[in-house]
Amino acid sequence: MSGIGAALLNSLDIGLLLFIIAVGLNIVFGVLNIINFAHGALYMLGAYLAFTLINLVGMPFWAALLLAPIGVAILAVIIDRVLLRFIYSRDVADSLLLTFAILLIINESIRTIWGSGIQVVQPPQLLSGSVQLLGSSVSTYSLFVIVIGLLLLAGLWYLFNRTRVGRIMRAAALDRDMAEALCINTRMVVTGVFAFGAWLAAVGGVVAAPMRALDPGMGDKIIIESFIVVVIGGLGSFPGALLGAIVLGLIHGFGGRYLPEVNLLLPFLGMALVLLFKPNGILGKGATA
Amino acid sequence: MKTKILMGLMAVVIAGLIAVPWIASYFYIFILTEILILGLFAASFNLIFGYTGMLSFGHAAFFGIGSYATALVLIHLEWPFLACLLVSMGASALLALVIGFLSVRLNEVYFAMLTLAFGMMVFAIAYQWRSVTNGSDGLAGFTLGSFGLGLDLTLGNPAVYYHVVLAIVAIAAVVLYLICRSSFGMILRAIRQNPERVSFAGLNVRTYRLVAFVIAGTFAGLAGGLIAPFLRVASPELLHWSMSAEPVLMAILGGTGYFLGPFVGSAVFVLLETWITSFTESWMLVLGIILAMMVIFFRKGLLGTALDWWLEVKK
Amino acid sequence: MSKPILTIDNLTKRFGGVTAVNGINLEVMPKETIAIIGPNGAGKTTFYNMVSGRMQPTEGKITLDGQDITGLPPHKISRLGVSRSFQINNIFPEMTVQENVEVVLSAYHGHSRKLFNIASRNTGIQQEAVEYLKRLGIDSLKDQRAEVISYGDKRLLEIAMVLATRPKLVLLDEPTAGMTPDETRRTTRLVKSLADSGDYTFLITEHDMDVVFNLADRILVMHRGEKLFAGTPEEVKNHPEVRVAYLGEEDEEVVEEANA
Repeated sequence: MSGIGAALLNSLDIGLLLFIIAVGLNIVFGVLNIINFAHGALYMLGAYLAFTLINLVGMPFWAALLLAPIGVAILAVIIDRVLLRFIYSRDVADSLLLTFAILLIINESIRTIWGSGIQVVQPPQLLSGSVQLLGSSVSTYSLFVIVIGLLLLAGLWYLFNRTRVGRIMRAAALDRDMAEALCINTRMVVTGVFAFGAWLAAVGGVVAAPMRALDPGMGDKIIIESFIVVVIGGLGSFPGALLGAIVLGLIHGFGGRYLPEVNLLLPFLGMALVLLFKPNGILGKGATA
Repeated sequence: MKTKILMGLMAVVIAGLIAVPWIASYFYIFILTEILILGLFAASFNLIFGYTGMLSFGHAAFFGIGSYATALVLIHLEWPFLACLLVSMGASALLALVIGFLSVRLNEVYFAMLTLAFGMMVFAIAYQWRSVTNGSDGLAGFTLGSFGLGLDLTLGNPAVYYHVVLAIVAIAAVVLYLICRSSFGMILRAIRQNPERVSFAGLNVRTYRLVAFVIAGTFAGLAGGLIAPFLRVASPELLHWSMSAEPVLMAILGGTGYFLGPFVGSAVFVLLETWITSFTESWMLVLGIILAMMVIFFRKGLLGTALDWWLEVKK
Repeated sequence: MSKPILTIDNLTKRFGGVTAVNGINLEVMPKETIAIIGPNGAGKTTFYNMVSGRMQPTEGKITLDGQDITGLPPHKISRLGVSRSFQINNIFPEMTVQENVEVVLSAYHGHSRKLFNIASRNTGIQQEAVEYLKRLGIDSLKDQRAEVISYGDKRLLEIAMVLATRPKLVLLDEPTAGMTPDETRRTTRLVKSLADSGDYTFLITEHDMDVVFNLADRILVMHRGEKLFAGTPEEVKNHPEVRVAYLGEEDEEVVEEANA
């Protein structure tokens, strides 16, 4: 029982972290029709910025959690205005290729600035202990990740359902022309949404930093995971990102514990199965050719 | 006139390629061998990307399977090299049939992601099925025996191996070129531009996509079979998605709209990599910047842009 | 009396709660030209999409030459002899005008399965392609890239591609939409001569009433997905309900277009 409880909690913290990251990818796709291959690199940048702010500048974790994502969002605005604006009118393949180029640039910049070695960020004092829960010892930081994930989930739900900005984003996602007809400045929406997606990725990065060692390959790993999440849940779907993240969290949490010899294979198998039987994802919009 | 100049240029390049072992050092022979193999890999990818309009992010699966097949046959059966290559092509064709059957019905984004997932599945299997694949270390320690067809070739000699690669890649390229120029190839181009119109002309677009996918996978498998003895190892890196990105980059770099584009892309890619890594670690940074520029400004690739310029200037 | 080439029986399409096409019945005789008219949103395009296999009908049956084709995929329906044009241009933009027709012809002749012929040396298909372009009067454009020719010429090219599959039944979806008055007259004349040649059976949707009355043997008037009336052009012109429900709106649209 304690094994299952631990696996469940583990699944939940992996899942909610993945949700924070993947939902940003999904919002960007939903509104801009862009698959942001560089999303994982932005996540990684968030983590490395936090590392610098905490370990080198000496800021508290909480300040880094606030500042690092803002820095990444500003970079995203620049990326959008300088590079992406050229390809919004082209087909999706071009956006995949261009964001892949951005991924290479960010990855390599990080390798140059911070080195290829592993860096470690300590969790804040307050969250470095562990507590007894469901018959096993759970780190406080895992619980913190779960709480942050749930807070963001509630905040996003509020944003999309209760605020004007959220409704504009949803309108723009459904129909760009209609949004323009309603005198919404879609260019601002586009840049804003891209920056917001990057902000979410970076929040994920800062939150992940104390749980996972930082290395320049962490972005590539997470972008594949995020793809799996949005494909399982449904591209462009907000609840889909949550569902996909939880499913993948469960695959990791239980697969790692009970099926270690095939644990690498399982996420891809899950994704392929979903695409075969529900090509739009469990909760997604149209896909078949 | 212009066609004649281009034909002449081609002839010079081919003659130069044949002559290389007598005029250049081993260093350049190695580089050219790699360019040719990766060029074939990229050209096979371009059949589905540049011609048919399907962006696959899992093409390394076929490349990698090809290299593992050749490595396994060399280790366990010690067959002639030509037979190994045929096994590589057969294995990758079979894999492409399965993956393609499941993937080609989806449109571009989903197709890209599904091929990525299948590619990573193959990677995960190679990584974790230690008893057959030797896990993360990969298969090494195989030696090339005879070539086959009764030809007496010392394949262990890099110059000889280079000539074998050159001949095989040339034959494969001619076959691929003929396919591109055929009525079937014309239908593939039509599918890229307007799949719906093609189905309203009475053709099952899925079948055509699948056939293109299998052909591309088969030739990627051939390229994989050639790379294993060259690298002296078949390792999971050859199956990883970053390997799948290489033909994408090469095709874009050279020009997806031209048959020779991927070969040009492969040459530029390998030469740039060799040159840039000789004085900086940040090869990927340069590559990223080049790719961004190509996608934004030179979507026709180096070959396409150069040809356009030349045809324009010399009118 | 010969047998109908196309029989539509109680054809219905619902999208969620909205019924786009409701219980349409229609028989099309060989060599006949039938026009389907109705205001925007009357269900004409949905009707076409079902007949050509682009959409599955919710209910009803479509029979082509005695064979049930209901719900078959587009490529099968096309093989059986239904060919259609689209409201928006639907060509291969990066190919030459002639190659556009060659694609359709090599599909028709089964050359598309040949991996090792050389498409550009297939003189039989090339000559045939030029024939079709001549028939539409655009053979002088054959070496142009399709994306650079004029809008009207693109529409004619599409008709050439539609005819090249040797269809038993041709569906034209607003063939003159967006054309200049000159192009409209030219296209109408062309379609008229094709219809008069007795080689083709046409089903045409059209906004331009002059074109409709000029071409059609019979007219089906649709309104909100249902059949409002069917009859000869004379009968349609004189039908009071049609005049109110449809021709009235048509006048408004003409005014709107003039203002635009």
